Amino acid sequence: MVVITSNIEVGSLRRTRRRVLGERFIQWILLLCAISSVFAIFLIIVFVFSQGVPFLAEAGLSFLTGSVWLPTDSFAAGTWGILPIIVGSLIVTLGAVAIGAPLGIACGVFLAEIAPPSVRRALIPSVSALAGVPSVVYGFFALLVIVPWIRGHFGGFGTSVLACWIILSIMILPTIISISTDSVRAVPREFKEGSLAMGATRWQTIRSVLIPAASSGIIASVILGMGRAIGETMAVLLVAGNTIAIPNSIFAPVSTLTATIALEMNYATGAHQQALFAMGVVLFVFILILTGLANLVSRRRVTY
Amino acid sequence: MAARLRDTAAIGLLWGAGIATLVILIVILAYILVNGLPLINWHFLTTNPGVRGQQGTGIYSTIVATIAVTGLALLIAAPLSVGGAIYLNEYTKENLLRKVFRQAAEVLAGIPSIIIGLFGFLFFVIYLQPYTGGWSVMSGGLTLAFMVLPISLRISEEALKAVPGELREGSLGLGATKWQSVTTVVLPTALPGIITGLILGAGRAIGETAAILLTVGGALGLITSVRDPACPMTLYIYNILTEYNDTTTAYGTAAVLIIAILAITFSTDYLMNRYTKKLKGL
Repeated sequence: MVVITSNIEVGSLRRTRRRVLGERFIQWILLLCAISSVFAIFLIIVFVFSQGVPFLAEAGLSFLTGSVWLPTDSFAAGTWGILPIIVGSLIVTLGAVAIGAPLGIACGVFLAEIAPPSVRRALIPSVSALAGVPSVVYGFFALLVIVPWIRGHFGGFGTSVLACWIILSIMILPTIISISTDSVRAVPREFKEGSLAMGATRWQTIRSVLIPAASSGIIASVILGMGRAIGETMAVLLVAGNTIAIPNSIFAPVSTLTATIALEMNYATGAHQQALFAMGVVLFVFILILTGLANLVSRRRVTY
Repeated sequence: MAARLRDTAAIGLLWGAGIATLVILIVILAYILVNGLPLINWHFLTTNPGVRGQQGTGIYSTIVATIAVTGLALLIAAPLSVGGAIYLNEYTKENLLRKVFRQAAEVLAGIPSIIIGLFGFLFFVIYLQPYTGGWSVMSGGLTLAFMVLPISLRISEEALKAVPGELREGSLGLGATKWQSVTTVVLPTALPGIITGLILGAGRAIGETAAILLTVGGALGLITSVRDPACPMTLYIYNILTEYNDTTTAYGTAAVLIIAILAITFSTDYLMNRYTKKLKGL
């Protein structure tokens, strides 16, 4: 039998207590770090809304429904209707998603199911590179390649709804691809194996088993891609043409909430500046709705 | 037979989607690099831009500005995100609090950069002007920190989550305190993942324009302090395109940015692969 002799020194107890206090102190510091992102959102909302909401209250509903935008630095002298800008944002976003989503989802399914490992190893960093390219570089590329192409083939200035659609549909690809790949891969193997074992082809398995099972993730990826498109500023700013009127064709210029804010913040003062913050609030509400929707959809996801 | 045919066609289309994505990336990168790389030389990288952005000058001060705002953003965001990730992963159980924090980071990551820019303008440029100097590197860097934070928080958290529980249990079982096992066992194991998160955060800061546009001022001179206004590379591209229509310099600057982004993508890809291999080997 072994006798365990304890040799607790006198100072040991004190040292233990100090250590416990130190641990608790560190835990508090770490908690503060974790709170910082909540605090950041709080700060952003408080400051942006503090300028935007009073303006919204003063301008009332006509801010959202009016179609004439003649800003001045005094509230009384200006006309404040942003309907064409909201419509512009929606047109640009929905078109970009309509083009980008099928391609992105197909690429996501390809990455998850079809691509051999070597292709996957090349494609995954490519998708992250696509996500990393600065938006101003996308805008630059669109301005020098897509805009002249539209001008040459369809006339007009080239800076247009179509130019926004093309470049934004590319910019939302990484979001859609990465999330839809993940959700297809999250479908349990048994589903796929069961389907294949019953004689279904690979495409039948993808279409009737994998995509339905991954549908909530795929839908969430499209909604988040939509959020990316509506919030995008620099690329749109460079190729939209920024004319404040509801576009009558896809070759007509358009203006969006983001581009108008970026463009006019340069010189806006007084009520005009507040109106731009109010536009920021409107944009923020759109984003919150989309984020909420994406969450709602992915919460519906069945866990296997 | 029809099913077989349809299968071949559909799989072919999926291959097409994968290849199309790759081709789009290659076309954009190649277009910028082919036009921009020939412009990049020592003179281009080390000469300041002309006062009115004339051709034949360099982009030195804009590179310095990019490094300054990115460095400042990381300086603020790195400890907050790593500390936050440690708290979420090591000090809390899967509960409501944790869900709230994670949700907040997700919402923060989804806020459009122009809104963050509006906030940065109001808070740092106007409200804190006595400290930040108004439009300045400091205002820009602090604003960018809000965008870096959620990215590196999420990736650090994933890296910590991937550390096997046995390692923690082993360390705690040997009598280490929680913080001791975090610093000596968990963090070193998760380090490649955490660094990946920080590099990706830096990539976001380097490429950001809209938030910078409203906070950093756009002055082309070489900065001497963080309270000076500056013009990072992304903003410089926008300014020379819209004000001087100088596509030549824009190509060169964009090529420098693309090289930085590619270096970031490949280094993070490499680090992540090594990390997952290392953990699998355990």
